[in-house]
Amino acid sequence: MKRTIFGNRLLPWFLLAPQLAVTAVFFLWPAGQAVWQSFLRQDAFGFSTTFVGFANYGALFADPFYRNALQVTAVFAVTVAALALGVALILAVAVDRMIRAAPAYTTLIVWPYAVAPAIAGILWWFMFNPTIGILAYGLKQWGYRWDHLLDAGDAMMLVVIAAAWKQVSYNFLFFVAGLQSIPASMREAAAIDGAGPVKRFFTITLPLLTPTTFFLLVVNVVYAMFDTFPVIDATTEGGPVQATTVLVYKVYMDGFVGLNLGSSAAQSVVLMGIVIFLTVMQFRYVERRVNY
Amino acid sequence: MAAIEIDSVVKTYAGGVTAVRGVSVTIPDGAFAVLVGPSGCGKSTILRMVAGLEAITAGEVRIGGRRVNELDPADRDIAMVFQNYALYPHMSVRDNLSYGLRNRRVARDEIARRVAAAADTLQIGALLDRKPRALSGGQRQRVAMGRAIVREPAAFLFDEPLSNLDAKLRVQMRAEIRQLQRRLGTTSIYVTHDQQEAMTMADTLIVLNGGRIEQVGAPLGVYRHPATTFVAAFIGSPPMNLLSARVEGGRVLLEGAEILAVAGLADGPVTVGIRPEDLAPGASAPDPAVAFELAVDYVEELGNGRLVHGRHAGQEMTVAVAADVALGDRLALAAGRDRLHLFDSASGRRLAA
Repeated sequence: MKRTIFGNRLLPWFLLAPQLAVTAVFFLWPAGQAVWQSFLRQDAFGFSTTFVGFANYGALFADPFYRNALQVTAVFAVTVAALALGVALILAVAVDRMIRAAPAYTTLIVWPYAVAPAIAGILWWFMFNPTIGILAYGLKQWGYRWDHLLDAGDAMMLVVIAAAWKQVSYNFLFFVAGLQSIPASMREAAAIDGAGPVKRFFTITLPLLTPTTFFLLVVNVVYAMFDTFPVIDATTEGGPVQATTVLVYKVYMDGFVGLNLGSSAAQSVVLMGIVIFLTVMQFRYVERRVNY
Repeated sequence: MAAIEIDSVVKTYAGGVTAVRGVSVTIPDGAFAVLVGPSGCGKSTILRMVAGLEAITAGEVRIGGRRVNELDPADRDIAMVFQNYALYPHMSVRDNLSYGLRNRRVARDEIARRVAAAADTLQIGALLDRKPRALSGGQRQRVAMGRAIVREPAAFLFDEPLSNLDAKLRVQMRAEIRQLQRRLGTTSIYVTHDQQEAMTMADTLIVLNGGRIEQVGAPLGVYRHPATTFVAAFIGSPPMNLLSARVEGGRVLLEGAEILAVAGLADGPVTVGIRPEDLAPGASAPDPAVAFELAVDYVEELGNGRLVHGRHAGQEMTVAVAADVALGDRLALAAGRDRLHLFDSASGRRLAA
């Protein structure tokens, strides 16, 4: 590591100040506010505020709707991560095998990442619209009556597809880079060692991709849990009957729509705890569980 | 155990670049053949075609008399040692060694026996449970060797396996690989760009240039009788001096002085080759054919001798001498008739004997 010695002890602080200020104003302060708010109870008009300790948290975990949201979030995050990782890996392996047109395909596959989440949501909402959607129409031909407005499973499927579709691009880029960093001679050695293409993939390529996969897994779970608000808001709005209300969406609904600020703040703090846990996991494991 | 026959093999890449232009050579059973040449000469491509990692555009490769063009690498009964070793980083040394055997469904106790034997041979028994990243360069090299020998293949293919090692270890591994190969008696093809490595290791030296074979032969034969100016300049360090001369009426003239009378040569330009160590100071050479003075430009001190670089009548030369030489000296040199090599100036081919 390169070390620079500053003559003036204040200079390094001065140089860091802008970044520290941004962090403090936009991250630490709101986070502190949320923690403080989570101990308060406020009436809907903001006329009276009472300190209630952990009552908001207690009420939260006693609430069947909140427990439902936890469960929905778990299902949603795992499905989105699995789908986005799986599809991205298949595409990356396919592109890695190509010799000539790879850059063109890479560009095409990366495009969805540039689409705003709400627009991606609307796009899929249109295609799956029970009345006018092409995919819903296609499914009907196959004898399946798609209706995400009424069917909880269909609604979940819709938000999962819309959310995963965007994340495939991101995962794809990392997988392609990961695949290309595996020396060709490694696979050639395995070929000479009598491993067929499938066996090579599972015994050589996939293990060597573990660091990439693990990194992406955490990133995807974080994405599914925190960045999919626009997708859900633009498509199902958490419905039907809270079937797609994930934790972030519930924070918004309870706080900004229901004006239950104390409970909303408590939910934010729980989310913050989850994201801190995931980040710590990531740093610990990516450092250590790198395979070679 | 098998002979390897490479028969009129051509390699043209999809982009239209031809890397190998009709190479034919037979490597007898148990021989250690070295493919040597500058980068881009096609030596690695030939090896990879024998291994099955590269499709053969035209011609045929036979291992033990069996055509292998269409076979997968796994079915050719060969083992390969790669330049970067290509050890599987997520597997222990033991798993690296046994991977090929497990894929071939060799019985468990047989695998254990062979891995133990290979580890014993290469003295890597203590490393079996380590991962490749915990090994030094030399140890990785041994593991790569071990992965080749546990398979007990018909042939070993080496793709510049020592180029990632430091100079001292390289010399040591060179000897080890050669001893191991002699003991196992497995036919081997070894690719290198290092002519010294090629000279010291080969039974059969195959010198390549521009996708063609320049010369095939025993190392000493190639050294003593290079078939072309390319081989003359490539094999041997420092390289052979190549001087422009003329043939006039059956006499070879270097700067107007007759150095050799040769019958049957047409008049015209000719290249005379003299190895730096064949030029002796003074007129001490028996039957001196060439005698001239060299203006000394600079001297490379080697400890056990010195290389003198200088010019004679505008042509640069290198001489290996034992005595002290000072800059600006004029050095009287002579070389025996039998130490001169004659090459056609246009084609670079060797003329006469």
